[in-house]
Amino acid sequence: MISFSNNISSQFLNDRVLLWSLRFFALIAGSLLFLIVIFLIHEAWPALHQLGITSFFTDNAWYPTESLYLLTPMLWGTFLATIGAVILAAPIGILSAVFIHYYAPSLLAITYRRLIELLAGIPSVVFGLWGLVVLVPLIASWQPPGPSLLAGMLILFLMILPTITLVIHSSLAQIPIAYIHNATALGLGRWSMIRKVILPAAKSGIFTGIFLGVARALGETMAILMVCGNVVQAPSHLFDPIRTLTANIALEMAYALGNHRSTLFVSGLMLMAMVVIFVLIAEQLRYRETYADAN
Amino acid sequence: MLTQTKDTEERIWTLMIWSSVGLISLGFLWILGDLLWHGWTQLNWNFLFSSPKNSGREGGIGPILISTSLIIGVCMIIAWPIGLGTAIFLAEYTQDHHRFGRLIRGSLDVLAGVPSIVFGLFGNALFCQALGLGFSILSGGLTLACMVLPMLIRTTEESFRAITSDQRLAATALGFSRSTTIWCILLPAAMPGLLAGSILGLGRAIAETAALIFTSGYVDRMPESLLDSGRSLSIHIYDLAMNVAGGNPNAYATAIVLVSLLIIINLTASWIADQWTTSNQLPT
Repeated sequence: MISFSNNISSQFLNDRVLLWSLRFFALIAGSLLFLIVIFLIHEAWPALHQLGITSFFTDNAWYPTESLYLLTPMLWGTFLATIGAVILAAPIGILSAVFIHYYAPSLLAITYRRLIELLAGIPSVVFGLWGLVVLVPLIASWQPPGPSLLAGMLILFLMILPTITLVIHSSLAQIPIAYIHNATALGLGRWSMIRKVILPAAKSGIFTGIFLGVARALGETMAILMVCGNVVQAPSHLFDPIRTLTANIALEMAYALGNHRSTLFVSGLMLMAMVVIFVLIAEQLRYRETYADAN
Repeated sequence: MLTQTKDTEERIWTLMIWSSVGLISLGFLWILGDLLWHGWTQLNWNFLFSSPKNSGREGGIGPILISTSLIIGVCMIIAWPIGLGTAIFLAEYTQDHHRFGRLIRGSLDVLAGVPSIVFGLFGNALFCQALGLGFSILSGGLTLACMVLPMLIRTTEESFRAITSDQRLAATALGFSRSTTIWCILLPAAMPGLLAGSILGLGRAIAETAALIFTSGYVDRMPESLLDSGRSLSIHIYDLAMNVAGGNPNAYATAIVLVSLLIIINLTASWIADQWTTSNQLPT
């Protein structure tokens, strides 16, 4: 960018008006995040103050009508569904990206990438509809009741796979061609080259993709709300219905009042804190990757 | 011996990669095919324009299309100037080490990752309650505007940064003021990127559900003003599938409409972006 001297530009009144209005817009955009945090804390404050943080982990159950606000079953639901989805999506995402770059004939590579991009754009409510009408009955015919942790994991897996694949794909695209030439010259087979040269070189890109996938899975609401059954319990096996933090907010926000409403904002804060941590780690990795390339 | 085990390993992995890609493609084609298969029979012109009857089991999605466009309209009208202004500020007035610029960029990066349900909570607290707009199209649109801003700003900023410095230098040499340079030289040059970004933001807004449930509300009547509650396409799908017994056929038909809109939007955006890159490569 070229930097203009302020003395020259300030002789134009228009320029000053423009600069101040641009600063104003930037201030609005930049302060949104803080505004969100402030509003969440403000709404969550009554519950945090009157009930105390420990009661969300030590109450006997989630019975808002009797002022019992145990959040741990929902936290378990969120964690387990996310972990399951990521364990499935991470390896397959890596293999998909590797396929596009090193295995597929060019026409097929483009087609497959388009398909993945198409899927990345499909709204979560449509995934939820498919899960509800097709996947859940399928699971029910095998292991009733059907709406379950497993259904949630599978739907989340389908939803975060495009994210993970596309991020890893773009990081593979940045690997210097010389690496591949050297590996070929050394007589490495295709898979040995990928395992020993390509994947180590793309390590931070792979982790960026996985962390962004985790963030997306933690925050996902509609699809998981539609396939998980929404029973408040810590699941004991894959076929138990679960309720996640996000689903809990979406289900109860419409009628919640007082401390109940406030507790939902507490769970919103928890959710935001978790997601922000993963996004920040991902951004940090991405930054480090570009930094490494610059050297 | 060694080469033989290596060969087997290579073959096993090749097989693994092809089969996992095959499975994924099949799964996704299953979803899309299922959508078309179930929804196609319901879909006709009448469905697009008539009102929902019997909680949406019969009738069409006319008012819902209107509400959706109003919500998206509010979202874009608010998000566009703020997004454009911020992007110009970041691209033209801040260097990488500029403290205010870095702060804004960092805050937008985090904002991009905030889950949509949290935007919903925030929109409910600020627009519906603190500002007293209630469950309304206006609240929903404003909430979505907050949501699409980070993406809008990032793509717009990138399209401004992609303009070569020559154009800025030439404009300064001709004695243009900074604002004239921005409005008459840089803005037209960045326009395709700006359009593509806005269209993608539009797509994200149309696909959104969780942020709208408790900001724009559920009402499926024809909205009379922006302060009326209005149901978006995505909420209609959710409601029909979850709360209305026998609502699935119309939920599928609505899902086809939604997904087709999104596909059209994405194709337009990538077409504009392609046009832009090819025209940029032409010698000047």
